[in-house]
Amino acid sequence: MSSQVTLKIDSISVSVKQGTSLLDAARSINIKIPTLCHHEDLCVAGNCRVCMVEQKGSDRLLPACAIPASDGMEIHTNSMKVRNARKQILELLVSEHRAECTTCYKSGNCELQELSHEYILGENAFINLIPFKEYTIDYYSPSIIKDDSKCIRCQRCVRTCDQLQNIGALTVSKKGSEMKISTFFEKPIYQVVCTNCGQCVNRCPTGALTEKNYVEEVWSAINDEKKYVVVQTAPAVRIALGEALGIDPGEIVTGKMVTALRRLGFNSVLDTDFTADLTIIEEGHELLQRLKKVLKDKDKNVRLPMTTSCSPGWIKFIEHIFPDFLPNLSSAKSPQQMFGALAKTFFANKIGVDPASMVSVSVMPCTAKKFEANRPEMYSSGYQDVDYVLTTRELALMIKQAGIDFKSLADDNYDSIMGESSGAAVIFGATGGVMEAALRTVYEVVTGREVPFEGLNITPVRGMEGVREATLKIDKALPEWDFLEGVEVKTCVAHGLANAKRVMESVRDGSSNYHFIEIMACPGGCLGGGGQPIPTSPEIRNARSSAIYREDTLKTIRKSHENPEVVKVYKEFLGEPLGHESHRLLHTHYTPRERY
Amino acid sequence: MSPIQEIIQKVSASHGTERESLLPILQAIYAKNHILTEEDMIEVARELDISAAHVYGTATFYSFLETQQSGKYIIRLCRTITCMMHGKNIILQELERLLKIKPGQTTPDGIFTLTETNCLGQCHKGPAMLVNDTPHTDLTPESIREIIDKYRREALQ
Repeated sequence: MSSQVTLKIDSISVSVKQGTSLLDAARSINIKIPTLCHHEDLCVAGNCRVCMVEQKGSDRLLPACAIPASDGMEIHTNSMKVRNARKQILELLVSEHRAECTTCYKSGNCELQELSHEYILGENAFINLIPFKEYTIDYYSPSIIKDDSKCIRCQRCVRTCDQLQNIGALTVSKKGSEMKISTFFEKPIYQVVCTNCGQCVNRCPTGALTEKNYVEEVWSAINDEKKYVVVQTAPAVRIALGEALGIDPGEIVTGKMVTALRRLGFNSVLDTDFTADLTIIEEGHELLQRLKKVLKDKDKNVRLPMTTSCSPGWIKFIEHIFPDFLPNLSSAKSPQQMFGALAKTFFANKIGVDPASMVSVSVMPCTAKKFEANRPEMYSSGYQDVDYVLTTRELALMIKQAGIDFKSLADDNYDSIMGESSGAAVIFGATGGVMEAALRTVYEVVTGREVPFEGLNITPVRGMEGVREATLKIDKALPEWDFLEGVEVKTCVAHGLANAKRVMESVRDGSSNYHFIEIMACPGGCLGGGGQPIPTSPEIRNARSSAIYREDTLKTIRKSHENPEVVKVYKEFLGEPLGHESHRLLHTHYTPRERY
Repeated sequence: MSPIQEIIQKVSASHGTERESLLPILQAIYAKNHILTEEDMIEVARELDISAAHVYGTATFYSFLETQQSGKYIIRLCRTITCMMHGKNIILQELERLLKIKPGQTTPDGIFTLTETNCLGQCHKGPAMLVNDTPHTDLTPESIREIIDKYRREALQ
């Protein structure tokens, strides 16, 4: 049996691997078939029916996403019958969709809107059913807004939550005309198991799931002369922001972004990468302290493996699903929150600004960061450490509103202090990055030598494999760390919460014996975050990933502990890693939560 | 062990603890309590190691499962066209008059819940209704009064 099949699509002969869908076969010869429920990251659903195509000799139309190509097929993707069917399907979808595009946050980035435009839908071809439907808008979460009136029930969100994240916070409830996407007992999102990762927001083809935006709040702060507005930008923003402003995926726009932020009117433009380096120092020392207590002091109260704590989606996940593993979570705050705590203490003092009049804004690739900033623990400066969190998309909107031609901007540098960073901080944005950054520092602390990898590139922890393992043998440890001599430090990296769950189950049943685990809630790490420009696909994430590693190699400083500003902060303010001030400002605790 | 856990254990002994046994477990709980509560579903989700939202999705999909308290007897009157032509509306009026409730409601004494349902497959003997699992066919206002009276006496005994 041959593994290739040959068919004709719109009279063009094409040969594809057996099992390829008609949709992908058409794509391979640059014929675009419209889709709504289909998404590259998810399984086939075949429920929206806009990808209908006609097969010669058959009365029935076929959904191209769900039908595999077979030998001798003659497919028409643009016949009269196909166009009429697609148009009617779209008209039916719109009849149940609150199509108030001018006031919709998703306008301009909405797949339904785009297709409606392409197919020139008639006005009210079918009765508008929205006035007769009961719908709810859940705007209580600090991260995500769910508006049922705009839902077309394609179930991309449900599949995302199930397949990528293995949480199942969303489900399909009821049936027929009453069918809807629900949480458990229709509870608001903030009350259920949702981790706020925003992967559903990233994949929703309409405005049914969007991030809660804080654009107006930030403009008000900027325009208030009594306020001093500080902004920080996460590692993964600089390699994706361009996509929302007409630049190809994979281009690094750090310098342009800094210029744009100044033009928007932020008083200080600083870098989350600085606190990413700080996170490595704190988390790295915490790891060493735990290793010492377990391996040398045989302290039964200290738990290994230690897991990273940078991803707020992962934090909420473990609080809900594995509350018994909270002691394994590093107590180090995420870079965003470390930054917030230092901004309103150390930095405010340094520049002589009253922290009460300081507004701390962060730009993140993430919707869960909005929730994190609102956690009641995050007031260690005496004020809310981070006031507003913007996603990459929201920043792009602000740049557009300000009439800035982003592409033509000149490059600029971050302010100092809290603007300098190392290559180790940049790679926080990619899965495996925190692990690599931590190993670069920890190995050097223990042995006094650089990690034994060419160019400091710890390639075994890189890549897009869901779960990756790497072992690093400690060789010729310094006298202080002699108990680690010859120890093989076992590490594991996972991204996407479905993979995280697998790893944690292996820890629970004892089938793995890791020392250190890095987990990022989103596919690809922060670069694939829920707040990143839409669309997302494996191809786009790969482009962003190579940009991140390129930025790392371009940095003169590659290791967190060599960041001169980090050294300075410890000298002038914090004292030592895991010291008293560090504990007060840079560490936190976690809360067990219900599992529904 | 809570009563719900007992039911779950009993059903999973014969059906297993895979996702497939979700429906028989929900049916068993509903048969006993005539309601699936939030707590029940959380317990089921924990036992089967699945998302509570999916348990809710399944529970709301099936007409024969309810997430609100139903009476001891659930009356499901067929509303499909054949029964309609056999005079279902007169039967519904009589049921409403006797029970003093509308479809979707439960009598204050908790004995009867009245709902309408799709085809029961008794088109040749319409109008038809189900009371719990028992079908009643060829209904007339007179027979309805007898049937309701019988169940009411049964409940009060």
